[in-house]
Amino acid sequence: MRPFEYARAGDVAEAGRLAGRFIAGGTNLLDLMKLEVETPEKLVDITRLPLRGIEETDDGGLRIGALVTNSDLAAEPCIRRDYEVLSRALLAGASGQLRNKATTGGNLLQRTRCNYFYEPSQPCNKREPGSGCGAIGGFNRIHAVLGASKHCIATHPSDMAVAMRVLDAAVETQKADGSSRTIPLGELYRLPGETPQIETVLEPGELITAVRLPKPRAGTQRYRKVRDRASYAFALVSVAAIVRMEGSTIAEAGLAFGGLAPMPWRDAQVEAALVGKEPTMANFDKAADILLAEAEGQGGNDFKIPLARRTLKAVLADATKGA
Amino acid sequence: MKLKINGSEYTLDVDMRTSLLDACRDHLGLTGSKKGCDHGQCGACTMLVNGRRINSCLTLAVMHEGDEITTIEGLGNPAALHPMQEAFLHHDGFQCGYCTPGQIVSAVGMLGEVADGWPSHASADVNGRPELSGGEIRERMSGNLCRCSAYPNIVDAIETASAKLKETA
Repeated sequence: MRPFEYARAGDVAEAGRLAGRFIAGGTNLLDLMKLEVETPEKLVDITRLPLRGIEETDDGGLRIGALVTNSDLAAEPCIRRDYEVLSRALLAGASGQLRNKATTGGNLLQRTRCNYFYEPSQPCNKREPGSGCGAIGGFNRIHAVLGASKHCIATHPSDMAVAMRVLDAAVETQKADGSSRTIPLGELYRLPGETPQIETVLEPGELITAVRLPKPRAGTQRYRKVRDRASYAFALVSVAAIVRMEGSTIAEAGLAFGGLAPMPWRDAQVEAALVGKEPTMANFDKAADILLAEAEGQGGNDFKIPLARRTLKAVLADATKGA
Repeated sequence: MKLKINGSEYTLDVDMRTSLLDACRDHLGLTGSKKGCDHGQCGACTMLVNGRRINSCLTLAVMHEGDEITTIEGLGNPAALHPMQEAFLHHDGFQCGYCTPGQIVSAVGMLGEVADGWPSHASADVNGRPELSGGEIRERMSGNLCRCSAYPNIVDAIETASAKLKETA
């Protein structure tokens, strides 16, 4: 690990002024620093900031402090009751020890687990822009089939972010100059294009202070994660769903996908194709056709395309059963 | 920096890069916690911080000033074993023993989470009170690997310790 300067922020304004890399749970950042994939010159410890609360908002939603741990969030009674998809996604991720450390803000900003990103002897445009992408033409079993570019095919690893995406979450931030803004989760992440090293729209020194959830949506909530082992593994494909039935037809469908793309993936056309339809396998297949129309495998990850179709159909069948 | 470990105060003057694990093992003589992968994947380094289990290899010692840290040495000793330690001996919940301190500390932390009503990925209903079945133990302990694959006996040990701790609670 490279040497760094360490500073502890006493309040949110000071965190921005200290001008360094923020560290909270540190479960991803310190791992990457040990490998010298991340080499910050200064760490700003934000764990003492008062961002651990979960409170109701005036519009009937929730405001989750950025430092709420993944385990506290998953266990929060109102999350389990009203936002079950979020609790389920959190519990499907990492291990008990990691969830006790990892924070809400940090989970959103964790880096890809692409093997080439993690190995400094290998080319990676995300770690070292211009060095090439080792995964294209290499080992790419875990890589993206949607939203990738010829410069990067890495996936976003978070389960939590997939649930947050289907819940229409938004992040509250404070910039280094003290100004604040709210960014819908659907606008937080950037596709890799020619600059895969730039993963979000956040500015240097901009701190996520909270995540807002709108008031709970009616419907059946599901999070289905397909992975190489039963626990403690990243998603190959995951589906977060909120489906509301009216009689025998689908009235509303919210769907977000993990493991497929460089960001939690959501496609309004997939959801629109299901509204007003009966919950039949033929209709689920049509939705999958739309989701996967542009999907492109790289060899090792070709299996993700049919796997995404089958997982989507299984989740929709489960969420609409009994209708 | 000052650290409070197993009820004792320690003052250290170490490199800022020192993990909580290395601070304990290399500077304070607390070598019970083990370094397996050093990347948060194996759980051999598990400690309790303010009662919650964490991977001590993935956190900086300096970030834990003011916290109550418990290592395997703080749970029990040969003259007065913790019920979880006793249960691991009774059920032969190990072979080489390298992962054992992490398994035991993690299991103690895990039972605290169950007592607080935390659900897991294995829970059929996230809104219900969790029941500690074998499936629940396996899911909740998935952050602790055992290369000797002593898992069946580890699960038995945790079930026994859980029952005993409930009796004495």
